[in-house]
Amino acid sequence: MSETKTVLDFEKKIIEIEERIKTVSALAKDSDVNIDKELNRLQLKLEKQIKMSYTNLSPWQRVQIARHPGRPQCLDYVKALIEDFVPLCGDRVFADDPTMIGGIGRYHGISVVVIGQEKGTDLETRVKYNFGMAKPEGYRKAQRLMDLADKFNMPVICFVDTDGAYPGIESEARGQAEAIASSIQKCLQIHVPLISVVIGMGGSGGAIAIATANRILMLENSIYSVISPEGCASILWRSADKAKDAAEALKLTAQDLKTLGVIDEIVTEPIGGAHRDTMATMEKVDEAIYRHLQELMQLGRDELKKQRNEKIYEMGHHINFEEIKG
Amino acid sequence: MNWLSDFVRPKIKKTAQKEIADDLWLKCPHCGKLLFTKELKKTWYVCPECDHHLRLYLNKRLKMLFDNGVYTEVALPQPPEDPLKFKDSKRYTDRLKAYRKATGNEDAIKVAKGTVGGVKCVIAALDFSFMGGSMGMAVGEGIVKAAEIAVKSKIPLITVSNSGGARMQEGILSLMQMARTASAVNYVKENGLPFISIMTDPTTGGVSASFAMLGDIHIAEKGCLIGFAGPRVIEQTIREKLPDGFQRAEYLREHGMVDIVVHRSEMKNKLAMILNLLMSNTDNNSESKATKTKKQA
Ligand SMILES: [Zn+2]
Ligand SMILES: [Zn+2]
Repeated sequence: MSETKTVLDFEKKIIEIEERIKTVSALAKDSDVNIDKELNRLQLKLEKQIKMSYTNLSPWQRVQIARHPGRPQCLDYVKALIEDFVPLCGDRVFADDPTMIGGIGRYHGISVVVIGQEKGTDLETRVKYNFGMAKPEGYRKAQRLMDLADKFNMPVICFVDTDGAYPGIESEARGQAEAIASSIQKCLQIHVPLISVVIGMGGSGGAIAIATANRILMLENSIYSVISPEGCASILWRSADKAKDAAEALKLTAQDLKTLGVIDEIVTEPIGGAHRDTMATMEKVDEAIYRHLQELMQLGRDELKKQRNEKIYEMGHHINFEEIKG
Repeated sequence: MNWLSDFVRPKIKKTAQKEIADDLWLKCPHCGKLLFTKELKKTWYVCPECDHHLRLYLNKRLKMLFDNGVYTEVALPQPPEDPLKFKDSKRYTDRLKAYRKATGNEDAIKVAKGTVGGVKCVIAALDFSFMGGSMGMAVGEGIVKAAEIAVKSKIPLITVSNSGGARMQEGILSLMQMARTASAVNYVKENGLPFISIMTDPTTGGVSASFAMLGDIHIAEKGCLIGFAGPRVIEQTIREKLPDGFQRAEYLREHGMVDIVVHRSEMKNKLAMILNLLMSNTDNNSESKATKTKKQA
């Protein structure tokens, strides 16, 4: 996926064993020595190590996994889950924003609209997708596609993965604030099922613009936050080095958001994280989306809109505060 | 990357308190002239020397907008305090205590009912002097409450934004207020009632990217800062100096985001005129001319 393999700090031991397995296997090819026993031993050791490294992850470690460049992105989900996908372009006002993926396709035989941010996997694609940071035209494209969905009674599936909306001169000139506000409003106006899945980074306003949904799902190691841990640290701690502390304080993990009643479900990732097994991740996400979609399709058009608005009104009102650690 | 502007910084507190304390004189942050508070009160805190609009404290703003300065404050529901048990160098609960003491207000919003230009309406106004006017659950509750009043009483909703963005210390729950307030003002609009958004210095981040930008009509106070990202964040991202007048009210009007830029001295009259124009043909105003004409016909 990425040109140079990213190794997270707490994954180092895993990588060491993986390298060892590779070396031993290579040796075996060139000699008659039976190394099955050694390989078995290493394989068991590897599984144990992955399990160990991936239990009790800290919020900061989850931030790192959520940002892992090898993690499946929006287009991977589209490729795996959507048939007959027709990408659509443009906001009909100014431009097409490549960051904001959008199109129509078939999901389990149902015509759907798909929207989501793509971050890119290598330098070239990262530049193409502006590192997953959409501009106003991206959020206006999202609105246009939600209108289309509403008109043709097609459920909307959003894959959320952005560090945030793009902060630049052109963004401000074209009204980034208005574009995000209107995108949130559009989410609240349509009469079709809207399911948002935070697959990596749920970065503040840029994320909620397409995540004001009937059902909000989060992958186990994704995060969703009002501000990046670095940004928060530099404002409140006056030092970006305190990002780790900010990540703890912000309560930005899927587990925290479930406790806070902001999301509906945590989609478990394969052991070792989504970046270790894309196919297994797709299967789990597919199962969850399909289950929620079937439930939502029982509701009428006005009920769907009402549910979404009531859900957001109630948010934060039924928290069990004893479960929240200071 | 974040969209929270650099305004939600505690160091602002000192200048904010000065304004509240009604000191004998103030220094104009623009021209540097020393100005008597007594004189400033007459101009609603517009510098008589350079016409700079100083920050106008919440109560004065409400007094300025409502007819004869008369209004009824609405009690707001109290959301759970410090939902995340947030602590940086200070506890969030301690910060709240300090701001409550300094401002005499529970949080960064007040909601009030009254008339503007003879039209009954509800105004929800934010307060920069309370933690940079940042939007957490309390501000969200205030906007929701104001919207409910508007719909119930069939009267227009007016918001006065004065905020650097989301309240970080409430984490994801502050982000959710963007959707809550968007839903609330949408409810007003879907009921055929006007929602007028007034933007003052500053209106950025989570406030500008939610209810503030969803008005039927947008009025901005002369020279005020309006934007999604704070200027500092943008400068850091693009590593360039920002052009003159960037993200100012006039810039926003030029770029199609704001209808009217007004001098503070004209704001009340402009608002009154707009409310009267919007309400005179609708069914919501039973005494309106249009209904009367219909009855006569
Ligand atoms: Zn409807
Ligand atoms: Zn001056």
